[in-house]
Amino acid sequence: MNSLATSLRPAPSVLPGWGITMGLTLTWLSLIILIPLAGVFIKSAGLGWDEFWRLALDPRTVAALKLSFGAALIAAGVNVVFGFLAAWVLVRYEFPGKRLFDAAIDLPFALPTAVAGLAFTALYAPNGWLGSWLVPLGIKVAYTPLGIVVALIFIGLPFVVRSVQPVLADFDRELEEASATLGATRLQTVVKVILPALLPSLLTGFALAFARGVGEYGSIIFIAGNIPYVSEIAPLLIVIRLEEFNYAGATSIAAIMLVISFALLLLINLLQAWNRRRTGIQA
Amino acid sequence: MSANLPAQEAAHIAPRPFFRTPVTEAPLIKFTLIAIGLAFIVAMIFLPLAAVFFEAFRRGAEPFFAALVEPDALSAIRLTLFVAAISVPANLAFGLVASWAIAKFEFKGKSFLITLIDLPFSVSPVISGLVYILLFGSYGFIGPWLIAHGYQIVFAVPGIVLATIFVTFPFVARQLIPLMEQQGKGDEEAALSLGATGLQTFFRVTLPNIKWALLYGVLLCNARAMGEFGAVSVVSGHIRGKTNTMPLHVEILYNEYNFVAAFAVASLLAFLALVTLVLKSVLEWRYSGELAASSRH
Repeated sequence: MNSLATSLRPAPSVLPGWGITMGLTLTWLSLIILIPLAGVFIKSAGLGWDEFWRLALDPRTVAALKLSFGAALIAAGVNVVFGFLAAWVLVRYEFPGKRLFDAAIDLPFALPTAVAGLAFTALYAPNGWLGSWLVPLGIKVAYTPLGIVVALIFIGLPFVVRSVQPVLADFDRELEEASATLGATRLQTVVKVILPALLPSLLTGFALAFARGVGEYGSIIFIAGNIPYVSEIAPLLIVIRLEEFNYAGATSIAAIMLVISFALLLLINLLQAWNRRRTGIQA
Repeated sequence: MSANLPAQEAAHIAPRPFFRTPVTEAPLIKFTLIAIGLAFIVAMIFLPLAAVFFEAFRRGAEPFFAALVEPDALSAIRLTLFVAAISVPANLAFGLVASWAIAKFEFKGKSFLITLIDLPFSVSPVISGLVYILLFGSYGFIGPWLIAHGYQIVFAVPGIVLATIFVTFPFVARQLIPLMEQQGKGDEEAALSLGATGLQTFFRVTLPNIKWALLYGVLLCNARAMGEFGAVSVVSGHIRGKTNTMPLHVEILYNEYNFVAAFAVASLLAFLALVTLVLKSVLEWRYSGELAASSRH
């Protein structure tokens, strides 16, 4: 590891400690993250091409993957709309309790996912605060795929709000004034001047919320009902396969999810670089 | 018709009662937006939080406290604190070492290395647990050898600690790296030129510069370490009183239909989240200049 560190060769510097800190960083990173993750791909490769695809295209696996990605996509879409609205209200308007609402946005980052799952199940169960209103109207949230979407909206909300907020706060109001003096209505200004400037940060928030939602486990399993083919998410299917000692089955699902997650991570990095170029803000 | 004209003109000239600048919205729209935005935050954030505490105290204070002092709950609390006491300092040390190497030196592949450190954020918690089963499980790569020599890693406490370190890996580093890059290395170079040793420079110059960001990172790292569910659930083996952390204990109680006890332990975790949020907000308000601009988690 140390030889790798020195072969990276930094630009000359008078500061000490390059070799040892970079060596430790790479060693620790490899031991904790990279080697264990590589195990998933080594194990998948050991299955052989045909066996891997037989496991990956198992109908129950395909249904679980579709549900995880579909629910995460819908939830991230909802979050783009309401997260933008929440960011707008928190940045542009003054109202009592603003700081409290602003701080509360980060609750999903701090609240353990299992607690969130329990809370939403209690709210949307047929006798819960919201369920007792919605169930008589024919809207079942708990123990259905809709419940998964609700939990994922909770999990993803801060990603969108915290991506958009700094860019919106930094937005040059003179552009809005220019747009207004040129005769644009307020709606036209928002849609044609402000939204395009926020687009990179909205997309970043969307991608972050989506990536997090795809892998989410703790907040979902309580509310989902976990019926195979209907409301069974991919991470849960990995756990079920592990409990059956079907390591090949678990690993094949994990490998597919990892590949897609890494593609998303690449996309997020590109979006953030785009956002930085446009606004100079690290969202 | 013509008699109306002067009145119309007057209405145009006279100041309108609700004049608005062209860069704000009409009051009605503004209040509608605030109402929808806040209603959404209340429904998605405040209601679930309230529900946890309401369910915990549904049968009064006595069952609530009984659920917290019961032996299995106490052992879960102890294990959660133990796991955090190892994984948070481990990531604190890693964060300091990695951010020194990454922020204070210029080298090729820097942003790639930062992406690698961020990897655990993009990995499903369940997969974070699975990777250690594939390594250390009884059918794993090196598990059989370790088990033959008496080292049980997964389905035991070491596996829980490893999985927790995995999921909290980037927290401290990603708070420090942007801030230290922003601060540059002028202070350190001055200290070195005045004769300080490398370690003196680090402890007397760098550390005071980053202390609030470090605390911020540790705070978020700790919240996640104590609350992690998916990764820990996969590697724990769910042995009551032995390998159950607080979030896992909540799940077991819930699956046994012991709802009051489940929500009692959950409310303790929710309280921890609230304390984290308050401290985090205080840090953001008082020391925003000394924190890095980004906080993704």
